[in-house]
Amino acid sequence: MSAITDTAETRSKWLTAAGWQALFRERPIIPLIGLLAILVVVSELIRPGIVSANWAGVIVRAAIPLAILAGCQTMTMLTGGIDLSVGAIASASGFVVATLVGGPGLGLGIIVVLVAAAIAGLITGIGVGVFRVHPLIMTLGMSLVILGLANVWQLQMVQTGSGVPEEFRDLGAGMFFGVVPKSLLLFVPLAVLIILMLSRTGFGRLLYAIGDNPIASRLSGARSWQVLIALYVLSAVIAGIAGFLFSGLTNVASVTLADSALLPSVAAAVIGGTSILGGRGGYGGTIVGALILTVISSILSSLGYPEAVRQILFGSIIVFVAAAYTRVTAET
Amino acid sequence: MSTTVITPERERASWIDGIATTLRRNSWTIGLVGILAVLLIVTRVIQPTYGITGIQGLAVSVLPLALAAVAQAIVVIARGIDLSVGSMMALTSVVSARLMEDQTEEFAILVVVGVLVLGLVLGAINGTLVVVTRVPDIVVTLSMLFIWAGCALLVLNTPGGGSAEWLRSLTSGSLINEWIPKAAVVLLAVVAVIWIPIRRSRLGLSLYAIGSDPAAAYRSGVAVSRTKIFAYMLCGLFSALAGLSLTASTGIGTPVPGPYTLLSVAAVVLGGVSLAGGRGGVFGPIVAVVILSLIRTDMTFLNVNTNLATVAQGVILVGVVMVGSLIQMRRKNP
Repeated sequence: MSAITDTAETRSKWLTAAGWQALFRERPIIPLIGLLAILVVVSELIRPGIVSANWAGVIVRAAIPLAILAGCQTMTMLTGGIDLSVGAIASASGFVVATLVGGPGLGLGIIVVLVAAAIAGLITGIGVGVFRVHPLIMTLGMSLVILGLANVWQLQMVQTGSGVPEEFRDLGAGMFFGVVPKSLLLFVPLAVLIILMLSRTGFGRLLYAIGDNPIASRLSGARSWQVLIALYVLSAVIAGIAGFLFSGLTNVASVTLADSALLPSVAAAVIGGTSILGGRGGYGGTIVGALILTVISSILSSLGYPEAVRQILFGSIIVFVAAAYTRVTAET
Repeated sequence: MSTTVITPERERASWIDGIATTLRRNSWTIGLVGILAVLLIVTRVIQPTYGITGIQGLAVSVLPLALAAVAQAIVVIARGIDLSVGSMMALTSVVSARLMEDQTEEFAILVVVGVLVLGLVLGAINGTLVVVTRVPDIVVTLSMLFIWAGCALLVLNTPGGGSAEWLRSLTSGSLINEWIPKAAVVLLAVVAVIWIPIRRSRLGLSLYAIGSDPAAAYRSGVAVSRTKIFAYMLCGLFSALAGLSLTASTGIGTPVPGPYTLLSVAAVVLGGVSLAGGRGGVFGPIVAVVILSLIRTDMTFLNVNTNLATVAQGVILVGVVMVGSLIQMRRKNP
């Protein structure tokens, strides 16, 4: 009997508008996956035969670095912040490793870069957590500092030359059997780690708590400055890792390589249902958001539309999706 | 109390009080002007040849960013933020460059007026979207950044177009005295004609009111939504002016947005406008832009790698804001 009522309830939940809104509010990832599926179908309709295992592999491969950067945004946005330094950190990390690989070697290069990223994140975290500088300003300043230092490094290194290490190219652009991107080897553990951290650990819950209500979380004993410092260190290190994949995927080592991915990373997190005001969202939606953005780019470029139309559509979709979220979540 | 007699001493006291209040209210801007003065002296010391040409070059080079900073300041005062300033500049710049190419000087006047109206329209669209969708300002304007940049590319795919002679001559050279660059006069005139009357009107007060406390402003009868849209329209207008100044100084239109958006946010914060809204003015940001530019010039004179100037800009931005927030924390819990 209980089974019958259950189905009746689920059915009514699926049929009413309120049910849809509740679904959108509680599990935004489901409508997002629906949107992604629609976009895939649209791709197939526009170019029959384009959707294949290989196509999917290429899309996933292109989406992974963006999804990792968007992970940094998701975590910082949960606390009500934003991390505008991830683009500069990712570019600089790919570039610096490429310059070091000829001399000190790949392993040392990776260590140097990740330690440097952690230091940058530590400074950002201290600024945001202890000195209460607005995250927008703090990370903007940090990205200027990193860009400048990377440019100085570039002038120092101009004689030795630089090339993206073979290992990065393999990891970033390689595919198993021409279908499964090798970067999944790095991305899947990272994504699982972030999702588990956000939903299962105290640290993750603290991120939500600080974003949702900073005063309440302070009164209940959360030391927000410690959480924020740890958060920005983590974000910077993850951005550094994303930089390896960016340089590997494009086989380019440049100090501005990942800059163009900065704003799309914010967009992916917003489309994925993370509120820029903090306290609401998750990484699962962000990953789907990054995939959606990548599929849209692919559709538009396969249609031969110029960059201009792509940007206009990009912007319209972000506004539309964000407005839809606000509409359904404002009612509670 | 009702029979207050204004004795001469009392009058003088209130006059001094008034000056003190003005000084206190503008202490941040005054401090910035002090820093600017010191920097100018330092520049003169390290480069004795720095003079008229240097000042003129400085004025011409800061004009677009200074106008962008004014645009950003107005929105931030009303508790918004506009990440599409750079894209609006690119769009208005290419529209003006494309329309003015191979046209008469008289036609260019029409173009300038049209582009300013275009700026108002772009801002109105931004503001309306913010108000209607109730999505955070930063997300809406982030998307508009893409949209306006895309439109700019549709208007002009590669840098090109032209500029009327009178517009070009408006920003270069000097006026009356060779020490007064035209670009600086234009900047001050534009701000004086557009911003100061608004600042002194009811609308200006409303801008500050919705910035410092939207709920209180609403209860005291301010049309919050309309005022917010108005703030974005002003931002669009000043972005259009900045775009025109780009066309004027380069003679062509470039569809790819420069680094103006984020630098304008940095200048606004350095200029003493609180990102929380309701505090600050437009002159602080202008001075901040000049300071940032002068530091870069000084570092070139000192033969320091110009990339380190970028580092210095970042460090100054963060450092100044840190000091500012430390002072505020001190005030709150002495």
